Amino acid sequence: MLEAYPDSRLARILLWSFCALVMAFLMLPTLVVVPLSFSASNLLEFPPRAYSLRWYETFFGSATWMAALRTSLILGTLTAMITVPLGLLAGISINRLGGKAAVTIQGVLLTPSIVPGILLAIGLFFVLAAQRLVGTLFGVLVGHVVLAIPVACIVLLPALARFDWNQVQAARSLGANWARAIGGIIIPQLQISLLSATLMAFLTSLDESVISIFVASGQNSTLPKLMFLSLRDQIDPTIAAISTLWTVIVVVVVLVVTLRQKS
Amino acid sequence: MTVLADPALAADARRERRFFLSLSLPALFIVGLAAILPILWIIRQSFLTTGGEYTVGNYEKVLSSGLTWSALVTTLELSLGTLAICILLGTPLALALASARPRVANLLMAFVMLPLWTSILVRTYGWLVLLRRDGLINATLTGSGLTAEPLPLVYNFTGTLIGMVHYMLPLFLLPVYAAMRDIDANLVRASASMGATLGQTIRTVILPLSAGGIFSGSIIVFIYTIGFFITPAVLGGGKVNPLSTRIERTLSTFQDWGSASVLGILLLVLMALVGVMFLAARRLIAGRSIGTAHA
Repeated sequence: MLEAYPDSRLARILLWSFCALVMAFLMLPTLVVVPLSFSASNLLEFPPRAYSLRWYETFFGSATWMAALRTSLILGTLTAMITVPLGLLAGISINRLGGKAAVTIQGVLLTPSIVPGILLAIGLFFVLAAQRLVGTLFGVLVGHVVLAIPVACIVLLPALARFDWNQVQAARSLGANWARAIGGIIIPQLQISLLSATLMAFLTSLDESVISIFVASGQNSTLPKLMFLSLRDQIDPTIAAISTLWTVIVVVVVLVVTLRQKS
Repeated sequence: MTVLADPALAADARRERRFFLSLSLPALFIVGLAAILPILWIIRQSFLTTGGEYTVGNYEKVLSSGLTWSALVTTLELSLGTLAICILLGTPLALALASARPRVANLLMAFVMLPLWTSILVRTYGWLVLLRRDGLINATLTGSGLTAEPLPLVYNFTGTLIGMVHYMLPLFLLPVYAAMRDIDANLVRASASMGATLGQTIRTVILPLSAGGIFSGSIIVFIYTIGFFITPAVLGGGKVNPLSTRIERTLSTFQDWGSASVLGILLLVLMALVGVMFLAARRLIAGRSIGTAHA
C-alpha cells in the first residue's frame, strides 16, 4: 500500500524497526520462560548457568500440582462436551429464526463475554454459597460452560451461515425429522467447525482463572488458581516448567485448528 | 415472514418457529443461571447486612470511603493509560502489517496472536521474570551501565500497565488491522500521485478511513481493562488497587459481602457509562463524516 512512496524509504525503515520492537515486546514474556524452565538453579537467573529437568520433575512429582492438573483437564473436557452441543443447537436456532428474536438470543448468549470476570466470579460465588455448592466441581463447571458458550457461538455461527440449508429442506421433505437432519447432515458437514469449537471451549476452561479463584477450593482447585496463588506468594522455576508445557499445548492446539481449517 | 394463505401452512410455520426457539433454550438457561442470576444476586446482596436484613448501609459505607474513590481513579488511570499506549504502539504496527504482502502479513499476525493464546498467568509470570529487581531487563540495564540502580519496574503501577498493555495490544490490533487492510490501495496511490507526502496521506487518508477500527479497538480495550483482576493482583504487588482487587480483598479478607457487592455495582455502572459515552461518540463521528460527505 505504501509502495507508492519511493522517496519514503527512511520512513518505511523506521516504521518496520518500530514494529520489530513492538513484536519483541509481545513475544518476550512467553519466550523468556522456556530457557528458565530448564534451569538447574533455584534462582531465577537468566540465562541459566546449568540446565536440568528438575523443575519438570518437581511439577510431575507434586501431588498438589498433579491434582490441579487433573481437575483442570476434567473440567476442560466436561466444559467442551457440554458447551458444544448447546452452542450448536443455539446456533441453529439463531440462524433459522433470523430477525429480532435472533439478535436478542445472540445478545443474551454473548453477555458472559462482556461482563467482567470478577463480577461473574463473585456473583456465582454468592449464588453457589446460597446452595452450599462453593468449592464443588459443579460450581466451577457451570462458570466455565457459561464462559465457553459465547466462544462456541462465535465459532459456529459463521459456519452455520455458510451452510446450505436446502439440504436440510430436502431431507425434511423426504421424511427425516430434525434430529435426523442435524445428526445426518449438519454435524458431518460442520465437523471442522465443531472440532474448532470443541478445542476453543476446552481452552477457555483450561485458561480460566478468576472464577476458579473464587469458586474452586481444596481438591477442586484448578491449575490456574494454584498458579495464581503461587505467583502471589513465591516464584520458583516450577511455574516456568508449567508455563512452558502450557504454551506448547496451546500452540499445538491452535496449529491443529488453523491447519484443519485451511485444508 | 411471508404471509401464508393456507391456515394449515401458517400453523406449520408457527410450530417450526417455536421449535427453533426451543433449540436455544438450554444455552439460554445456563447463561441465565450462571451469568444473569449472579449479576442480579450481586444487586440483591448489596442491600443486605451480614445477618441478611435489608439495608442501605453498605452503600453509605462504600461511597464514603476514600479507598473506593482511589480505586475508581486507579481503575480509570489503568484503562486510559492502557488505551493510550495501545493506540501509540498498535496503530503503526497495524499500518505496517496492512502495507505488507499478504503472506508476510499473515505470518506476522500469527506471531502477534501468540500472546493471545498463552495463558494470562504464563504471561504474568514472564513479566515478573523480566521486570523484577534482579530480572532480565534490570540486569541488562545495570550491566551495560545505562542505570546505576535497578529500576522499580514491577510490583507497582508501571508493571501493572506493562502487563495490561501486553494483554490488550493484540485485541486492539485486530480491528485496526482489519480496517486498514480494507482501505482501497488506489486511494493511497491517488493521494501520492497528487503530491501528498507520506505523512499527509497517513493523516488525511489512512487514519480517517481506519477511524472505525481504532474506535472498535478502543471500546474493546476499555471494556476489558475496567474489570482486569489477575494483572493488577500479581504485577501490582498489593500497591495497585483498582476496583477489581478491592472487590476481592473486601470479599476474601474482610468477608464483607455487602460492600464487595456495592463495589461490583460501581464497576457495572462505570462500564455502562463508558459504553454510553462510546456509543454517543460513535454517533457523533458518524454524523460528522456523513456531513463532510455531503459537503
